[in-house]
Amino acid sequence: MQISNTLNLIVIITLVMAGLWTIMTRSLIRSAIGLALTSAVLTILMFRLDSWLAAVFELSVCSGLISVVFISTISLTEPLTKSEVLKHMKDRLHRFMYLPLLILVVGVGLSLIKVKLNFQLPAAEIETDARKVLWNLRDLDLLGQVAIIMTGIFGVIIFFREMRRR
Amino acid sequence: MMDTNLLWYLFVAAIMLLITGFYCIFLTYNLIRALIGIELLIKAATLLIIAAGYITGRVALAQAIVITLIVVEVVFIVVATGVVIGLHKQNGTLDTRKLRNLKG
Repeated sequence: MQISNTLNLIVIITLVMAGLWTIMTRSLIRSAIGLALTSAVLTILMFRLDSWLAAVFELSVCSGLISVVFISTISLTEPLTKSEVLKHMKDRLHRFMYLPLLILVVGVGLSLIKVKLNFQLPAAEIETDARKVLWNLRDLDLLGQVAIIMTGIFGVIIFFREMRRR
Repeated sequence: MMDTNLLWYLFVAAIMLLITGFYCIFLTYNLIRALIGIELLIKAATLLIIAAGYITGRVALAQAIVITLIVVEVVFIVVATGVVIGLHKQNGTLDTRKLRNLKG
């Protein structure tokens, strides 16, 4: 139990550190890689919280697909020149140097409070299989997902068609 | 089974991720980095939903909601990066201080 708790704590700290690195790093490519790393660590936490199906989605879609989309976008946009990078670095350092301190203060402050969370609801869960919940109880969500995907597809098609016309 | 103290640490981690994401969105001038900040906010929301499902004993429901959230997240990112590429082609920059086509 003790080893398991220590492991969980290490994973939680790694998650926060990965998120912080994602924002603090200078290179956009490294930021995209940091985001993938944050997703991967979140996946481990989801596995530890018994959410296997959502964890698989998180790993394949968020850690994989979204990183590819970000890296493609970064490669399609022009990088800054050397002088611009130097100017940008100084400016960025001034703006972002307070973030680690802020995170540390909030993290230590809230950790000292140590609230015991126990919100077990009186009635047991009707269905314990996430696939059955998605198909039987939350079927309207699936309809919404299809609508959102179609909106995204048509949005991108119309957007790029307009760009080509111009 | 996770210790209840550790569950509180999960909420603390989610709050720290939220702060990181908001800080990035408010202080960055690069559109791609702003999207990465929004992604971090979504990660925090995912963590909160999963932790809430675990505490209340509604893990399956929480997973179903997270799967919907992931679908919305992907579509949002794909459309937003499309807009970012379009803006870059139009203006040659992703610096929000220089994107003033709609001003006035």
